[in-house]
Amino acid sequence: MPKRTDIHKILVIGSGPIIIGQAAEFDYSGTQACLALKELDYEVVLVNSNPATIMTDKEVADQVYLEPITLEFVSQILRKERPDAILPTLGGQQGLNMAMELSKSGILDELNIELLGTKLSAIDQAEDREQFKDLMEQLGEPVPASGIAHTVAEALAFADDSGYPVIVRPAFTMGGTGGGIAETEAELRTIAENGLALSPVTQVLIEQSIAGYKEIEFEVMRDAADNAMVVCNMENFDPVGIHTGDSIVYAPVQTLADREVQMLRDAALKIIRALKIEGGCNVQLALDPNSFKYYIIEVNPRVSRSSALASKATGYPIAKMAAKIAVGLHLDEIKNPVTGTTYAEFEPALDYVVCKIPRWPFDKFTKADRRLGTQMKATGEVMAIGRNIEEATLKAVRSLEIGVHHVEEPALRTVSDDDLSDKLIHAQDDRLFYLAEAIRRGYPITDLAELTKINVFFLDKLLHIVEIERALATHVDDLETLTTAKRNGFADATVADYWHETPAAIRQFRQRHQLEPVYKMVDTCAGEFESTTPYYYGTYEQENESVVSERPSVLVLGSGPIRIGQGVEFDYATVHSVKAIQKAGYEAIIMNSNPETVSTDFSVSDKLYFEPLTLEDVLNVIELERPVGVIVQFGGQTAINLAQPLADHGVKILGTSVTDVDRAEDRDEFDKVIKALRIPQPAGDTASDEATALQIADKLGYPVLVRPSYVLGGRAMEIVKKRADLDHYMHNAVKVSHDHPVLIDRYLVGKECEVDAICDGQTVLIPGIMEHIERAGVHSGDSMAVYPPQSLSAAVQKQIVTYTKQLALTLNCVGMMNIQFVIHDEQVYVIEVNPRASRTVPFLSKVTGISMAQVATRVILGESLHQQGYHDGLAPVSRLVHVKAPVFSFSKLNRVDSLLGPEMKSTGEVMGSDQTMAKALYKAFEAAKLHVPSHGNVLFTVRDDDKPEALKLAQRFHALGYQLLATAGTAKYLQAHALPVVVVDKIDTGEHDLLHQMEAGEIQVVVNTVSDEEQAADDGALIRNTSIAHGIPLFTALDTVAAILQVRESQSFVTQAL
Amino acid sequence: MKRYLVLADGTIYQGTGFGAAKATVGELVFNTGMSGYQESITDQSYNGEILMFTYPLIGNYGINRDDHESIKPTCKGVVVHEVARRASNWRSEMSLDDYLKQNQIPGITDIDTRAVTKHIREKGAMKATIVDEVLPDTVERLKVTELGTAVVAESSTNNAYPNPSTGPNVVVVDFGLKHSILRELAKRNCNLTVLPYNTTASEIMALNPDGVMLTNGPGDPKDVPSALPMIREIEKQIPLFGICLGHQLFALANGANTFKMKFGHRGFNHPVREIATGRIDFTSQNHGYAVDRDSLAATDLMVTHEEINDGTVEGLRHREYAAFSVQYHPDAAPGPHDADHIFDEFIELMAAHQVARKGSKFNA
Repeated sequence: MPKRTDIHKILVIGSGPIIIGQAAEFDYSGTQACLALKELDYEVVLVNSNPATIMTDKEVADQVYLEPITLEFVSQILRKERPDAILPTLGGQQGLNMAMELSKSGILDELNIELLGTKLSAIDQAEDREQFKDLMEQLGEPVPASGIAHTVAEALAFADDSGYPVIVRPAFTMGGTGGGIAETEAELRTIAENGLALSPVTQVLIEQSIAGYKEIEFEVMRDAADNAMVVCNMENFDPVGIHTGDSIVYAPVQTLADREVQMLRDAALKIIRALKIEGGCNVQLALDPNSFKYYIIEVNPRVSRSSALASKATGYPIAKMAAKIAVGLHLDEIKNPVTGTTYAEFEPALDYVVCKIPRWPFDKFTKADRRLGTQMKATGEVMAIGRNIEEATLKAVRSLEIGVHHVEEPALRTVSDDDLSDKLIHAQDDRLFYLAEAIRRGYPITDLAELTKINVFFLDKLLHIVEIERALATHVDDLETLTTAKRNGFADATVADYWHETPAAIRQFRQRHQLEPVYKMVDTCAGEFESTTPYYYGTYEQENESVVSERPSVLVLGSGPIRIGQGVEFDYATVHSVKAIQKAGYEAIIMNSNPETVSTDFSVSDKLYFEPLTLEDVLNVIELERPVGVIVQFGGQTAINLAQPLADHGVKILGTSVTDVDRAEDRDEFDKVIKALRIPQPAGDTASDEATALQIADKLGYPVLVRPSYVLGGRAMEIVKKRADLDHYMHNAVKVSHDHPVLIDRYLVGKECEVDAICDGQTVLIPGIMEHIERAGVHSGDSMAVYPPQSLSAAVQKQIVTYTKQLALTLNCVGMMNIQFVIHDEQVYVIEVNPRASRTVPFLSKVTGISMAQVATRVILGESLHQQGYHDGLAPVSRLVHVKAPVFSFSKLNRVDSLLGPEMKSTGEVMGSDQTMAKALYKAFEAAKLHVPSHGNVLFTVRDDDKPEALKLAQRFHALGYQLLATAGTAKYLQAHALPVVVVDKIDTGEHDLLHQMEAGEIQVVVNTVSDEEQAADDGALIRNTSIAHGIPLFTALDTVAAILQVRESQSFVTQAL
Repeated sequence: MKRYLVLADGTIYQGTGFGAAKATVGELVFNTGMSGYQESITDQSYNGEILMFTYPLIGNYGINRDDHESIKPTCKGVVVHEVARRASNWRSEMSLDDYLKQNQIPGITDIDTRAVTKHIREKGAMKATIVDEVLPDTVERLKVTELGTAVVAESSTNNAYPNPSTGPNVVVVDFGLKHSILRELAKRNCNLTVLPYNTTASEIMALNPDGVMLTNGPGDPKDVPSALPMIREIEKQIPLFGICLGHQLFALANGANTFKMKFGHRGFNHPVREIATGRIDFTSQNHGYAVDRDSLAATDLMVTHEEINDGTVEGLRHREYAAFSVQYHPDAAPGPHDADHIFDEFIELMAAHQVARKGSKFNA
């Protein structure tokens, strides 16, 4: 059937802010969907609250609403836009949940709006545990024995029958939020309680544990004519028990005979047909490693996280096809965009192996619980393609950017055998490294398979890697051994370790012997049909397929896996840079290793190399492509860190020179610059050892701000108030050395703000100044920011502009730079200069209408700002007020302290725009799902320093009619200032203690600024964790509280007795 | 141990030997299935061919007892990118390497199979040899080597044998059958008698069957002229169903023509449309020849199925007789089960036909 002509206007719901379990992959799928619908001439209306996405670019849809994805705002948009239909299946769980809520509110019936893709009944059947079980029974598809529990008692009763362990899965949450495996009654009690609280319908599934089964995923598609097909199947390295988002995954399946593959394929297709899904669907299955017995674990009736991986793994654009199917097209009517000759009704055949490894945030959250289970904890992932498992795995490992270039973590060499086997049984994020270590110690792989239930097939691949290591160690300078190592994915740097050489020497040795990689195409059809997809991966084989074109090219380095501090914002900038390169007439080549992103969609660039972002891999591509130069400004710290080593190999870095980058990033160099310009900065110095650090701090006076040099996202950054704490920090938080010094600055209390500037060497364009709502001390990535500034004086703004211009010109910036300031007593101090695009680029681009990454790229390619029509200085400000707010994923990460500080903790962001600051703030809070009701109980528990300020806030809450609660110390202070306060019972004092009150829903807002170190007795962290677990709005910075009060005050009338 | 894959056009690829340590000659073809190597290697339709897998890792799950598609594999060689170091699957009984050694089939690994695949895609399937040493005359000798045309005779059974059951009486004419065809018919309770490829119509009719199945098999259908008069006689009388080579023979018997494809269809992601309903099935395929669509104009055959990408004739039906055929393998193994309903249609056809015919007694 051709496309539907009875609908004209379609609303697409995005997935909102990036949180664990719902990340950049939905920017990729949403963007694809919008573009596909536009291609079919539909009018597309998009709503998404996340400014850091390509999807929310003006060109992607006809109308883009950067508004909160809540019933209130989406309803308003529906009334205004009157679309004929909604496509909710491409915005993750957020999209589906919103569609359900809209439907239940009655507005869809009222306005006669149709849901495309998946019917509500199907969503219910797939997501409501009871209905899902019923459907599977009807289809004769086995599911593990399970029971639905609405209370903890029901959960316990089930487990009494079935026996432990059991798995708890809360209904209607994504990324396994609140789920877990319970081995004992006590554990079940905790997990079930948490899960029930997190489930919007207070429902959890308690399931017989099938831990140890092979975990298999099928990505399937179906159209309205009931044509159904499998796009990709995948096998998890980690057996059932670890969330698939936290598992190492291979595509296609590796250890299944065809009979098993077809049995599971039949089941997956039967399910998508029964659910009558028109679009994509994800089916997760568990297969007994010792029989044909299998169970259906889960079905996602929508484009999922795995769909993005499957799309990149096969080249088959699932989201694009799903959108076209949703509007009536059939699979056999759509051309396969990869081959251009075949149809979309085609099950891709792979002639390579894909390995996905999740990227976890434990490098930043060192205190977090690293144990993996049914709740996803990864913030991002890397993918690598190779011609065998060893190659794909090792390429993926070195793409992770966790400081290793091989499956070897030197620190593990000294762990005890007991610790080793404990870590093998109780998997953490680093189990792969423990496994490799165990094999090096001679543990038989059959024993390891017994311990971990990981298939011996995969363990044998690790053994093979270890065997090659041994061969390298004993065959120094042997070409044949080196060839074997390279064919199995070894990095030059690894070979260098065994040969006691430098990686550069290995490279030369390789090149002398013509041992160089070739690039093969990802074409969906294993070479059977001619394809023109410009999508390549490197391997060590005979034939190279990547033909270098005549046109001059520019290589853009992407930002690798998404992690805290380096998120989808950098992908946004990368994609825009590519667009500008293309417009300037060059061929744009991208290298990146992240399957979730828009930048790794092969249709974005002229050529995509899906490769690790390491010096070796980047040089390999450069040597083949010989680009005019490389752009490193948009790929975050990943790309910037490659600038110097690339330049050392004679590669031309476009834009700001490597020397000037170093002048901005190296503390001593930067000091010279800033002193010469007489720009104030907080006094500070650099220390290469503990003693110097203490000396410097003594001289500066406490508090001081300490951090390692060359980091992004404030990793290991702390405000240190006394000498003992600094001593502790130096010994525990950082590994200080001459190469890795620590920066120590005086900590200035004041307002923080930042600018992104574009400079062409003569002219400096400042698109805007962003004022932070939280004062200095909260990481800029975790601060709310407002544009245009609301409380900065003209004089201060003038100073900011002047300093920005001076710095940009003096640092010979060509392209982008980001500067952070603190304002202390009306004096502007520079606290940081980043000679690259920052995470605020998408936000600022959207609110100013200046496509910053594109403007900067054109500058980098030689077109001046004047030629582009821009003038020196601050760009005119917008009419509206725009607020950016951070979003956190604390509910997924046990034991991570949610107290905001100089180290970044947020995973995503939202934006709210309106005519007044209060309205914009309201939207930002709503979009961030930080909903403060108009009345209720506010709990205060603040540290001594904060009490005077907290008092003012408490008074304002009181004036609005909120009831005040406080822990003893805080209460005493507030009471002393004539506020009526209820003192809450201390924790562990019985049925009515604070935590019970929170659990019972008796507290609506929590203001808590007590850090662990100060008053452990006050259980600050416990209160915060409980608020997060129960979804109670939690504020750990008083400035944020002031902001929410401003919102509430603007919405209330003053009631004042005479 | 070094080994070489030498193509008739002089291209030489160096690899490592596995399987039987002997030289071999055959037509080099590629299969795109990502699983199912055991079924493919034991598929008699590969008789005379050197089978190359495009999926780079072959042997991962070993060889098991149940997934053989014939008793004695007859493919001439196996070409892979990487043969598994260690097989792992609960049913695995031996490694692929051991199996090929046991069955005297040479293999070659460490080959850039994607490069070879693209080469064949461009130049067409061609003669190749796997040797331990390339001599000055290796290519010349390969060029003049005539590949055998008696592959069907080799692959077919010499003697008739039964596979008794209580359902419809079906005679299976074996041109090199895959066990999956017998499995699918047995699943439907057919009482089977398997006869050699050169069986005559009268020999078949002497068994008074309810239907006749023409199986798959290796090689060029034009090398099996003996089957054509048999088919012409049988189709007039009882339901007839052809698969793969059986389909091509059915077409030839009715006056259509077949041709050699450039590199054939070997894999199981080929979408096939049933023209009457628009239904699309993913099918398992293994054929290097196909029915010439234009040649059908002058016959009583109509096209019922087609491959959606290249339009290959994938199914035929006789306009007057209860006879039909499919080019693909509805019996799968390896590959998707999407099209196994075709066997039900055969059973239904026999049931419908028996009403009009004396002596039949089965209950479909």
